[in-house]
Amino acid sequence: MKQLFDRDTWIEIFQSIRKNKLRTFLTMIGVFIGIYIYIGLSGASKGLDNGFERQFKSVARNSIFVWAQSTSMPYSGFKIGRQIQLKLPDVEALKKQVPEIMAIAPRNVRGVFGSNPGLITRGLKSGNYSVFGDFPEFTKIASKKIYDGGRFINDDDIEQERKVCVIGERTQKELFDEDEDPLGGYITIDEINFQVVGVHKFVPNSPFDNDSDIYIPFTTYRKLYNTGDNLAWFAIAAYDDADVVKVEEDIKATLRRIHRVDPRDERAIGSFNLGEIFKRIFGFSAGLTFLSLIVGAATILAGVIGIGNILLISVKERTKELGVRRAMGATPGEIKNQIIIESLVLTMLAGIIGIIAGAGTLRLIDSLTQGGDFPYTNPTVPIPYVLGSLFLMVVLGILIGLIPAQRAVSIRPIDALREE
Amino acid sequence: MIEIKDLHKSYQMGSNSLHVLKGINLSVEDGELVAIMGSSGSGKSTLLNILGMLDNADSGEYILDGVPIKNLSETKAAQYRNKFLGFIFQSFNLINYKNALENVALPLYYQRMPRKQRQEKSLKYLEQVGLKDWAHHLPSELSGGQKQRVAIARAMAAEPKVLLADELTGALDSVTSYEIMELIQKINDQGNTILVVTHEDDIAHMCKRIVYLKDGVIEKDEKIEQVRVESHVQ
Repeated sequence: MKQLFDRDTWIEIFQSIRKNKLRTFLTMIGVFIGIYIYIGLSGASKGLDNGFERQFKSVARNSIFVWAQSTSMPYSGFKIGRQIQLKLPDVEALKKQVPEIMAIAPRNVRGVFGSNPGLITRGLKSGNYSVFGDFPEFTKIASKKIYDGGRFINDDDIEQERKVCVIGERTQKELFDEDEDPLGGYITIDEINFQVVGVHKFVPNSPFDNDSDIYIPFTTYRKLYNTGDNLAWFAIAAYDDADVVKVEEDIKATLRRIHRVDPRDERAIGSFNLGEIFKRIFGFSAGLTFLSLIVGAATILAGVIGIGNILLISVKERTKELGVRRAMGATPGEIKNQIIIESLVLTMLAGIIGIIAGAGTLRLIDSLTQGGDFPYTNPTVPIPYVLGSLFLMVVLGILIGLIPAQRAVSIRPIDALREE
Repeated sequence: MIEIKDLHKSYQMGSNSLHVLKGINLSVEDGELVAIMGSSGSGKSTLLNILGMLDNADSGEYILDGVPIKNLSETKAAQYRNKFLGFIFQSFNLINYKNALENVALPLYYQRMPRKQRQEKSLKYLEQVGLKDWAHHLPSELSGGQKQRVAIARAMAAEPKVLLADELTGALDSVTSYEIMELIQKINDQGNTILVVTHEDDIAHMCKRIVYLKDGVIEKDEKIEQVRVESHVQ
């Protein structure tokens, strides 16, 4: 141990490393590439993780969307091909039957899925925009950023069937003048006056957002378009620890029962399980991280073995020198330590350069993908992982150094001196 | 200084056993300059290796400066070598990527002497062999004679009890050989005990005593009139 902190030891080691620069360099490449791959790949998978998280940050992780279609099987006296209509009382039934549901928001819409959009006018300006009938619960599933001073639809709006609306950024731009405050202003939706209570912020790259959508209370929508208890689909968020696949199944089974659909009818109730997709994406990036760990570790191992190999050759070449050193009074322990430290230095040096190069590459990729659609944000490798890989290299470097070190002292000094 | 009694050594060559040293008795006093002569195969190198603790005898006694040398572990042997012995080799055996000063300092490094002190001491010995100005040259930049001088400075740096020289002029031309022997005589004049293995008659006669080895036994052991190099060359 004392030898490790002795300046002379290091001078000795750097002298012998410097003696053959090209070989030292080539030796280090193996370990360098190993750690470089590890840092690069695991950083990239973390970047993908972060990227997806950013893209979907406005939507609850465990969200499921459920809608109704037509039946594909006859059941209990009903013909095949019956169009199922989801109803508002389904909400209570679902909440009761599926306790994993954290929030459920029935929604209605005009302007998507083939229906005509609402005609919106304000003074001389007019346009066609999608109109959503929503409950306040919806924000628990998909968060809506509202500009300062405004708000989303609240419970009072629902109860009193208020004619209020939340408009999009583009809607504001197209219906209001630039210096005009839209809050408190009025627009007409299909010839009914609505007061603007909020402007929602458009989140780019988000799959469930549009900069022109108009939200009005569900109850008002029902009155305006005469939809009664009908609703278009449910947006549902399950609790974080729930199994989303099972929740989805339970919800669909409950709906089939309520609407008297054959339990085996897969078509009648449609759904989109975002939670499952999330799981797959994160599973993919976890797999990538794991892969990078395996590939990196294997490459590091191969590199370290290369270092051991080169040191074996170097020990062979230096047989005579080592013999001289021992004639001069070097103990076998000192010779051994020197070679192990040499191995360690080569490994660590290559590793640290690899980590720096890997981090540099990650940074470069990050700056190249900045602002694009590619889901790639802030690729990082956790410090414990970096330290872990360094530790691995220390251990491997010492272990592999033991082989040439043992070889070096296994030759008797007299034989070493005789070597020509 | 050196006491050897009934030393035997044989090498195993496959199924044959080669008896190299067949009962050597030798006593060397402090301050002697002894030449060990003999043709190749006479066992002189083996004797020197045993004296240098690089090899072990099969039987017999070896006492160096009152310390019995027997069954040493490698580590112990290394420490004794460092403390008691200085080696001078035929092929110099300098470390080629270290300059003259660093080469001389090598035994001191293994004595754990602090760096500064080491360098001062090494420089002193380099000066003694007349190579102070070459201290920072690599061995490849030195002539054969200069290399051997560096090697001699290295052997002396640790201030050993005995200097062991194995054919130290074997790789040098005669003029340079004499220069080296002159240095050896000078060092011996200062009171150092030196053993020189050689097969050259003129080199042997520059010592004070010649031990003739033949077929593993001492054939003749005589004190001689030393030929001083100064007189010989001119």
